[in-house]
Amino acid sequence: MRGVRKAFNVGLPIETEVLHGIDLDLAHGEFCAVMGPSGSGKSTLLNIVGLLDRPTGGSLRIAGEETTDLDDRALTHLRGRSVGFVFQYHNLLAGFSALENVMMPMIGDAGFIGPGMVERACSLLESVGLSKWRDNLATNLSGGQQQRVAVARSLAMSPQLLLADEPTGNLDTKAADAVFALLRDANRQHGMAVLFVTHNAVLAQRCDRTIQVVDGMLAAGAAGR
Amino acid sequence: MNRWLPFEWIVAARFLREGRMQTALIIAGIAIGVAVIVFMSALLTGLQANFIRRVLTAQSHIQLLPPKEVARVLDRRFDAATGVRDDPIVQAPLQRLKSIDQWQSVAAQIEGLAGVVLVSPTASGSALVIRGDANRAISLIGVDPAVYFRIVAVPDKIVRGSARLTNTDILIGIDLASDLGVTVGDKLRVSTANGGSNTLTVTGLFDLGNKGANQRTTYVTLRTAQSLLGLVGGVSSIEVTVQDVYAAETIARRITAATGVEADSWIATNAQFFTAVQAQKTSNTTIRFFVGLSVAFGIASVLVVSVVQKSREIGILRAMGISRGQVLRVFLRQGGLLGLLGSVGGCSIGLAALWAWQRYARNPDGTPFFPLDIEPGLFVASLLLATLTGLLAAFAPALRAARLDPVVAIRG
Repeated sequence: MRGVRKAFNVGLPIETEVLHGIDLDLAHGEFCAVMGPSGSGKSTLLNIVGLLDRPTGGSLRIAGEETTDLDDRALTHLRGRSVGFVFQYHNLLAGFSALENVMMPMIGDAGFIGPGMVERACSLLESVGLSKWRDNLATNLSGGQQQRVAVARSLAMSPQLLLADEPTGNLDTKAADAVFALLRDANRQHGMAVLFVTHNAVLAQRCDRTIQVVDGMLAAGAAGR
Repeated sequence: MNRWLPFEWIVAARFLREGRMQTALIIAGIAIGVAVIVFMSALLTGLQANFIRRVLTAQSHIQLLPPKEVARVLDRRFDAATGVRDDPIVQAPLQRLKSIDQWQSVAAQIEGLAGVVLVSPTASGSALVIRGDANRAISLIGVDPAVYFRIVAVPDKIVRGSARLTNTDILIGIDLASDLGVTVGDKLRVSTANGGSNTLTVTGLFDLGNKGANQRTTYVTLRTAQSLLGLVGGVSSIEVTVQDVYAAETIARRITAATGVEADSWIATNAQFFTAVQAQKTSNTTIRFFVGLSVAFGIASVLVVSVVQKSREIGILRAMGISRGQVLRVFLRQGGLLGLLGSVGGCSIGLAALWAWQRYARNPDGTPFFPLDIEPGLFVASLLLATLTGLLAAFAPALRAARLDPVVAIRG
């Protein structure tokens, strides 16, 4: 991304700019931690990178495609195919089983349950160690298990970019380590880039790189590799 | 998860299942609404059909009569001094019994009109029936039994004897038979004001369900009536039945335009009754409309709440790459499903209520008030209408869900 800005209440007297021209490159296969105090703009940055929100200035390329001028339909399509998300809270669809949650991005993309989807979802659940819980409703799983299902789901479409917004923030140390390890494994095995927002300095140290977001700007030297 | 279901159906069904209490309550609400519509429609349709049947079993749909005699003033004197033209008092002329001019060609013309089923010429007038010292004034109706009995089902009303009519036979009502002390096989002398007289054999006694009609109405052959009434070769009216009873007035106007003979439809001759039927129809439609409206608002309110409850999940779905269109369709399908399931329940309840009504609501003699005509079309229409109502009611909430900003939705 180049010179990405994000302002809210544009044109109003209360207009507030939360990102002030951010330049950031994320290489294929890179595992990058994003740190910064609360309210510094980390989540806004992640929403823009994840194509959930549009910047008010600057440009953004995802998987080689310039996204600034794309309409909502194209953005949605690109997001579904190229970006995976792991959120901090309420990650899963409550009325669906673990297996169905993992299958959901694939079903949504194809429009129906296609051949091989169940097998792929099972294999992803196996890779996060939840084969036994595949038919359990999301609400019947522990917080750590839910995050592991969320990791499996984020990998369902084999995205080139995985965005994790404090995925370990709500977990105990053991569960947090397990979830981080899963993300790290996925990053190494599948080669996708990972942007990992965290307040945990220990986990951040285990990433390839750490960038600091302070008052809507990246700390000096964070843009490149 | 059903493999053959598309994404939108899977999510819609699951969302409904998840809020099962909410879903069950709204389905029950829709079912009650649909049941009311089904029950009321079938009942009122049956009631109307029964009323119309009762009215039309004793009369034709259209009756053609000869034009009335009118007295005209040939010259109205003008007083030049006062500048006033005379306005004489004209006595209304007596209406003589007369034949429809060129009735054979008129009848043939009517038979050729679209929507006309039967055409039956009749010769009718007043007469006196004499049996010993007793006599009674009667209405003598001369008919061609082969055609006329298909218009007015006299054979169905025969309680003794048969509906056979030859030129020396007469069918009379049970009350007239009782007054005169006659039964099947007895002879009656029938005389008319113009001097016609004949002795006829009673071949059948009928019950029209009305004492006055049973005392006055008698049926003879057309030829016998023509001879008694002095209408040789003529007819006093032409009775017509049409395919659609509600089109009778339009066809009557068409007949008058084509033949020049005055044609009165049953709608015109029973104007008050027809107005009552129409008022009943309108009130039924109004009630159905408002019940449908309340069903639609019920569905919409449940889905609005559902959108609020599911906003975080909608956000997550959007983050996964689910398009606005897919989210829209998920909620539309929920509305459609609610309408469909509710209407299936409503049709079942309505059917059960109709069965119970037919089974328990009866006359003191055990016969049903009136036969119910339970049309499968009513149920199909109710299913389609409720499903469509569900879809339409879901549109606003679905649009709201589709327009949710995923960032705001995920944040909650």
